[in-house]
Parts: sequence; C-alpha cells; structure tokens
Amino acid sequence: MGDLTRTHVVEGSEQGFATTRFQDLLGWARKYSLFQYPFVTACCGMEFMSFASPRFDMARFGAEAPRFSPRQADLLWVVGTISQRQAPVLRRVWEQMTEPKWVLAFGTCASCGGFYDNYATVAGIDKIIPVDVYVPGCPPRPEAVIDGLLLLQDKIATGDRTPGIIKPRVDPKQGQLVTLRTPADLEESHAALEAKVKRLGG
Amino acid sequence: MSKALQQKLTARFGARILAATSQHGDEAVVVAPADWREVHLFLRDDPSSQMQMLIDLCGVDYPDREPRFEVVTHLYSLTKKHRLRVKTAVGDADGDDAVVDSLLSVWRSADWMEREAFDMFGVRFAGHPDLRRILTYPEFEGHPLRKDYPAARTQPLVPYREGAGVQGKLAPFGADEGMPFGRQTHGAPGSPEVN
Repeated sequence: MGDLTRTHVVEGSEQGFATTRFQDLLGWARKYSLFQYPFVTACCGMEFMSFASPRFDMARFGAEAPRFSPRQADLLWVVGTISQRQAPVLRRVWEQMTEPKWVLAFGTCASCGGFYDNYATVAGIDKIIPVDVYVPGCPPRPEAVIDGLLLLQDKIATGDRTPGIIKPRVDPKQGQLVTLRTPADLEESHAALEAKVKRLGG
Repeated sequence: MSKALQQKLTARFGARILAATSQHGDEAVVVAPADWREVHLFLRDDPSSQMQMLIDLCGVDYPDREPRFEVVTHLYSLTKKHRLRVKTAVGDADGDDAVVDSLLSVWRSADWMEREAFDMFGVRFAGHPDLRRILTYPEFEGHPLRKDYPAARTQPLVPYREGAGVQGKLAPFGADEGMPFGRQTHGAPGSPEVN
C-alpha cells in the first residue's frame, strides 16, 4: 500500500498532506468493506450468528459478507475456544489472509482462555496471532460485539494497530456495571451508535 | 435393581468376582484384569443379562493405590432395562504395565472409548487394532488425566508469541478481567430488572 500512495502523490507539491488524506480515504473505504472469515469453534458461535442476523444486523456496519476462504477475507473473527490441537490451523488461516488483515477475539476463551486453564487449551489466541480487538464476555452481549466492531473500524480508519479491549459499560448515574438493558436503553444506545457511525462515516 | 444380576455373576464366576457393591441403587462388580473380557462376554450373551449396550468405558487414576488405575465400564440392557458397572484395577505405581483385554470384539463401540482411556491415562488394551491417541495430538507427551501430570503443563504445537511478539501485541488486560459482560449481576441490588 505504501508504494501506491507514494506514486500517486509525488506529482503534487504538498506530499505529506496528500499522503495523509489518501490514507484517510483508504481507511474510510476499508472500514466499511470488511470481508470476514468466521473461525467459529464453540458456543460463542451462537452469539455470533445472532449478531450477524437481522436482529443485531452486522450488515449495518458494512460487514455482512462472510468469506469461507481466508484468501478473500481481511477480518478474522476467532469465535470460541482454541485448543492446542487447533492452534496450527488457526495460525495457518491467519497466515493465508492477505494484507491488510485484522483479528477480532470474540469472547473470553479467544481473549484469554477463559476458565479453560489446562493442558488442552490455548490461553488466548494472542499467544499465536496478533489481535486487534478483544471482546470479552461469556458469551459477549451483542452490544459488546457492536462496540468491538466500531472500535475496530475506528482503528482501521486511523491506522492504529495497537490492541483494544471492550471494557464494561459504567452507568454514570449509579457507577455500576450495566449488563441488562431495557428497550429504552437499547433504543438510546442504537441512536448513539448510529450517530457515531454517521460521524465517523461523514 | 441389578442385585439379581450380581448374584448370577457370583454364582457363575465364584471367587473371580472380587467384590460386589451397591450404592444409591447403582450396582457394581470388581473383577481381575484376566477375567475382564470373559465377564463382559457373559454379561452380553446371558439371557438373564442381555447387556447390548456399552454406555461408557473410562479410566480412573488413584495415585495412592496399587494397582493404580481402574478401568470402568457402564453397561445397559435395552431389553431388560437394567444397568451394571464393572471395574478392574491395573498398573503399578509408575503407571506401567497397565494392560487389560480390549472389549472391541464384544462391543464395536469400545473402539474410541478405549483409545480415549489410553490417551488420557496410558492404559493399554490388548487386542485393540488401532490404539492411537484420540483427543490429544501425536506429539503429546504423557497422559494428561494422570494425577501426576502437572496441572499447568501445556504442549503447544505452535510456538507462543510471547517475548518475540509481532508488533508487541499482547492482551491489554489482566487474567482476572475476562468477563465484564457476563451475567453475574443478575438480580443484584441496583441492577435493572430483567425483561
């Protein structure tokens, strides 16, 4: 990608400025065109299905097309427990993906192994492949997954490759964890999300 | 429920039935490894027993006992609707010499169960045609469900990234921060009501 940007802007007088703008444009285009490879191994897969289907509707974020060949995908969803026996497969799938590629660890097992602290389980896929966004939860609530996807889109847009984690929501009024929502809460958070999407997209 | 069956076995095999116990309605008999296959064959074929189904076959490790391992089968009769548990003890303190006859020729379903018991405990089944590991991988050393297998020992097939990590990316959270979106605040004071 670096070569492409350089050849395109050398003609101009303000090289640095033009490069930044082009990267912004590229990041903006990329973040709404995520082709994903769902590496689904365990119960979190049910939550992933609900997130992908119309109720929570992953398609709103330009990420509706799953690819079942890693060569056509740029976002790897690791959904579920990864056993030691499966680790070489996951590693190979990640290696086969074309650059640029991102990895999202879906659920506690993929993030850190969860309660599987034993001979059979990899304690977090970051021991094998680099992870961009961690979404903990057992399984994560759909809001958390949406947060994770939006966080990843932010990172793609800004070119930030440091890992991010979805932290628990804190209710500003009570200072407590909010894990259960009323329909009004959901509408509010959807409105906030849509506003965020609009801001980031526009 | 299977007391009559226990008596029948004792009448047929005599002192070769080492023990017959009953706990909470579950009957069990203990036999020597040498009688393992013969007793199961009898239980399958005898008209009063008719154990058509091998529910489970597994190993148990008792590190303080000698012999160290137990091999346990759970049997069920589809026609008689009764159950029986059969046990035998094999292996020395180091876990060697744990050999018992394979039940593969009695029930085909014993195949994978015996492979699992071999994989997890290192109990070998004489006469099994394909006694390979089934759950762990061929490179695995030792038998993970033995009590002397270190609880924290893993045998990664892919070298871990720690240290030489790509772009230095490691989890930005501690081991105790895994489940913030779990449902543990259900009904806690101050948490919103469930809809």
